Amino acid sequence: MATRLPMVAAALSILFLLDGCGPAPAPTGIYDPHEAANREVHNLNKAIDRALVDPASNAYGKSVPGPLRQGVQNFADNLDAPGDVVNGLLQGRPGPALANTARFVINTTVGIGGLFDPAKAMGIQRKSTDFGETLHVWGFAEGAYGELPLLGPSTTRDTVGRVVDVALNPLRLALPAREGNITTAASVASRLGDRFKFGNTVDSILYDSADSYVQARLLYLQNRRFELGQDVGGATGEDGFLDPYEE
Amino acid sequence: MDARTLPLLSRRSLLAGAAATLGVAAVPQGAFALDLASARALIDSAIGDVNAIISSGQPEAAMLASFEKLFARYADVTAIARSALGPAARSASKSEMAAFIKAFQGYIARKYGRRFREFIGGKIEVTDARPIKSYFEVISVAYLQGESPFDVRWHVGNKSGKNLFFNIIIEGVNMLASERAEVGALLDRRGGSIPALVEDLKKV
Repeated sequence: MATRLPMVAAALSILFLLDGCGPAPAPTGIYDPHEAANREVHNLNKAIDRALVDPASNAYGKSVPGPLRQGVQNFADNLDAPGDVVNGLLQGRPGPALANTARFVINTTVGIGGLFDPAKAMGIQRKSTDFGETLHVWGFAEGAYGELPLLGPSTTRDTVGRVVDVALNPLRLALPAREGNITTAASVASRLGDRFKFGNTVDSILYDSADSYVQARLLYLQNRRFELGQDVGGATGEDGFLDPYEE
Repeated sequence: MDARTLPLLSRRSLLAGAAATLGVAAVPQGAFALDLASARALIDSAIGDVNAIISSGQPEAAMLASFEKLFARYADVTAIARSALGPAARSASKSEMAAFIKAFQGYIARKYGRRFREFIGGKIEVTDARPIKSYFEVISVAYLQGESPFDVRWHVGNKSGKNLFFNIIIEGVNMLASERAEVGALLDRRGGSIPALVEDLKKV
C-alpha cells in the first residue's frame, strides 16, 4: 500500500493540472490535441496486435475449449468485483455496490472461486464500473483523447482512473504477490479470449477501415459516454442524434 | 489491469461494433403515418425479417444479397448515403451521386452482412419507443449468447415520404457517424474524387 500511494497521488495530480488548463471541452466533440503522437501509438498497437496478440489469441481460442475460456473470463471478471464494489460506493451508488458484493460472495463460494457465474443465473447482473467513472461522477471532465501503448483508447480521465484502479485494487492489496500474479494472468487470458471471440469485429475496425485510428477513437468515445450516461443517443440533442435530412 | 479492456478496445465497445452488424440488417416495411406505434411496429417487423435471414441457413453470398434487398427496401439509403458523403454530396453531379448511392448500398450490405454468423442464436427485442424532434427512437435490447444484453436504438423518420430508419445506435455507437468518418477517410485518400471512391466501395 505504502508504495502505491505516491503513484495514485501522481496520477491524480495530473488530472488536477490538466483540469486547471481551461474550460472542459464539450463532451460531445472530439478533443484530441495529441493526434500525431496518438497515431504513432495506434500504429504500434496495430503492429503488436498483428505480430503477437492476434496469433496468441488464435492459439488460445483454438486450443482451449469454449467452456474453459468462459470459466477464465468468469474468473477474471470475479476478481474485478471488489474494485467494482469500492467504486460503486465512492460514486454514492449503494445499489450496484450491493449487487456486486452479492455476486462476489456467491460466485466465489457457489461458483467455485469465480469459475462459474451462478449469480447471473439468479438474476444478479454484473454492474461493471471503474475509477474513471468515479472521477466522472465527482465532476471531472473527460480531458483529452489518447491512445495508450498496449491498452488502447482512453481519455485523460480514464487513464488516471486506470492507474488508480490497478494501484488500489482491493484484491491485489489483500493477496500476496504470487497470488496477485494469478489475477494478472487471468486478466491477460480473458483479454485474449475476447480478442478471439470478437476477432472479426476487431479485424474489421483495425484492418478493413480506411482510417482505423479515427474509427477506434469514435467507437471508444461514443461508447464510453454512453456507459457514463452522458449520451443516451437521443432527445438530449447531443451527438447521439444526427439528422441526415437537415442539410 | 482491468478485464474490461482489450489491447485496443473494451469488450463493450467491441460488442457494440459487432452488434452494428445486426442493427443495419433490420429493415422495416410499410407506409404508415408516422407515430410512436407505427415506428415501433416497423422495427418489430424489421427485427423479425433479420432473424429469419440469420436462421435461414443460406450460404453467405445469398445472405448478403437478401440483406442488401432488405436494406434497400426499408432503410432510407439515399439519406444515409448523402449524410455519409458529407459536404462532397453538394458538389457531386447527379450521375456521380446515383453511382455513389448504389455502391454505398452494396458496401453497407457486405460490410455488416459478413459478420452475421456471429449473431446466430441471438435475438433482439423492442422494449420502448419515444419521440425525438420530428422523429422517433425505437429502443431495443439485443441478447447474444454468453454476453450481457445490450442497447440498440433505431431512428425512424418519414421525410422521404415513407417510414424508414436512418440511423442505428448500439451502446452509444452511431452508425451514421462511423460511416461519415469512414467514407470521409476513403474520399480523402482519393483526393476527393467520387468516381474513385465508388470503385473503392465496390471492392470492400
